[in-house]
Amino acid sequence: MVILNSKSKEEDLVLTVRNLSYKDRVLFDELEFVLEKGKWTSLMGISGIGKTTILRLIAGLASEFSSGTSIVHSRKISGELAYMSQVDLLFPWLNVLDNVTLGARLRGEECSKDRALELLRSVGLYANAADMPSSLSVGMRQRVALARTLMEDRPFILMDEPFSSLDSLTKVRLQDLAAEMLQDKTVLLVTHDPLEAYRLSDSIYVLSGQPACLDSTIKPAGAPPRMIENSEVLQGQAELLARLSKAEAP
Amino acid sequence: MKLFRIFTIAIAFLVAWHLFTLLTGIEFFILPPPAHVGTALINHSYDLAGHALTTFIEIMLGLIFGTGLGALCALVMMVFQSVRLWLLPVLVISQAVPVFALAPILVIWLGYGMASKIAMATLIIFFPVTATMFDGLRQTKQGFLDLANSMNASRSAILIHVRIPSALPSFASGLRVATAVAPIGAIVGEWVGSSEGLGFIMLHANARLQIDLMFAALLILAIMAVTLYFTIDQLLQKVIIQH
Repeated sequence: MVILNSKSKEEDLVLTVRNLSYKDRVLFDELEFVLEKGKWTSLMGISGIGKTTILRLIAGLASEFSSGTSIVHSRKISGELAYMSQVDLLFPWLNVLDNVTLGARLRGEECSKDRALELLRSVGLYANAADMPSSLSVGMRQRVALARTLMEDRPFILMDEPFSSLDSLTKVRLQDLAAEMLQDKTVLLVTHDPLEAYRLSDSIYVLSGQPACLDSTIKPAGAPPRMIENSEVLQGQAELLARLSKAEAP
Repeated sequence: MKLFRIFTIAIAFLVAWHLFTLLTGIEFFILPPPAHVGTALINHSYDLAGHALTTFIEIMLGLIFGTGLGALCALVMMVFQSVRLWLLPVLVISQAVPVFALAPILVIWLGYGMASKIAMATLIIFFPVTATMFDGLRQTKQGFLDLANSMNASRSAILIHVRIPSALPSFASGLRVATAVAPIGAIVGEWVGSSEGLGFIMLHANARLQIDLMFAALLILAIMAVTLYFTIDQLLQKVIIQH
């Protein structure tokens, strides 16, 4: 069961996951973590521990767990979420501009092409508005996906390893761009990259064990995105790696 | 380059055919040389054109009805789960009945005119289109559906904007198969009972040992089928973006 309610501050979200099983395997007994308003929260853990499942539960996409599951939340989050996945999920039959305005098209709403073009300009793809996704590089496609997420203009952003398929340089650039463009959003980032988590997050949770539990929250100092050269970032990355190694140990 | 290759293959085939009849001395009523077929083609050009038009109309209408009904059936099965549960086994079992065996029945029911041939072509096209379209609709990427759901899309919007465009490459494969088999349906229908069409001409010429005319009709049918297939294939390649 997933319960979303308001606790620490009125605008923050406290997420509680209770008794979640999949195919006779208990994923979580009880987990609770806070998504602070306007901040980035990262969720880390070894592969298969259930990070993406949590994200999908929040997004209301995990229908395989819906039987007997109730979702309660003190503030309305339905219709306030935008989802950015590991793969760009650009529709190959639509051009870049139509992909950015996809949400409005799906809801049968009027879409502001000017705003979409403005967003494309801010991600550096204004000149590619009429291009088809197949003609773009992986990094460009993920930037279109970021523009599409921003076009939804939702307060909560769920990101499932959105930079994992990129090369190192493109990854760092896109992380900086995302941090800049999503600075006023409440973001939940699922990642397995400690450096990414430490650079971008205000709070970091690490999942470990089975059923999964959360370690104490890590709160990096300073405002994201933090520079890679920063010794504190490298130290934080090492600490996260140590926690992950400990989590993996039997 | 492609046209040149096709042209070269055709010339090589005609030369080989001519040499075979020349060297083996095979009777002309068994295998006429290409020149005889050419002469028959010219002498009967008016008649052959009329019959070819009949067969062409049967094939095209069969393609339109078969494709339309197949796509509609796939959509209905996708939207209504209860219909799918009942219709899918019926469709699979129906394929156990050889469609050719139905030709005489269709002629009795629909008469000797075009209707029975169109029905035959429709029947032969229907299944590959339904099966491929339904497969395409079902196998829409889960990620696309998740994204659409996260954007609060309705079921009908997901069908129109996500599932149908996703299914188009599969539908195109079905349409290619349908285009290749449509002439078979029309010709079999004409063989069973007709007074028009290239199938009728072939049967008629065969009975009178006019083998050159029979080959002329066969040649027109082959050119018609190949041209139709490549035209549809080119159109599909232009219109449908492969995923």
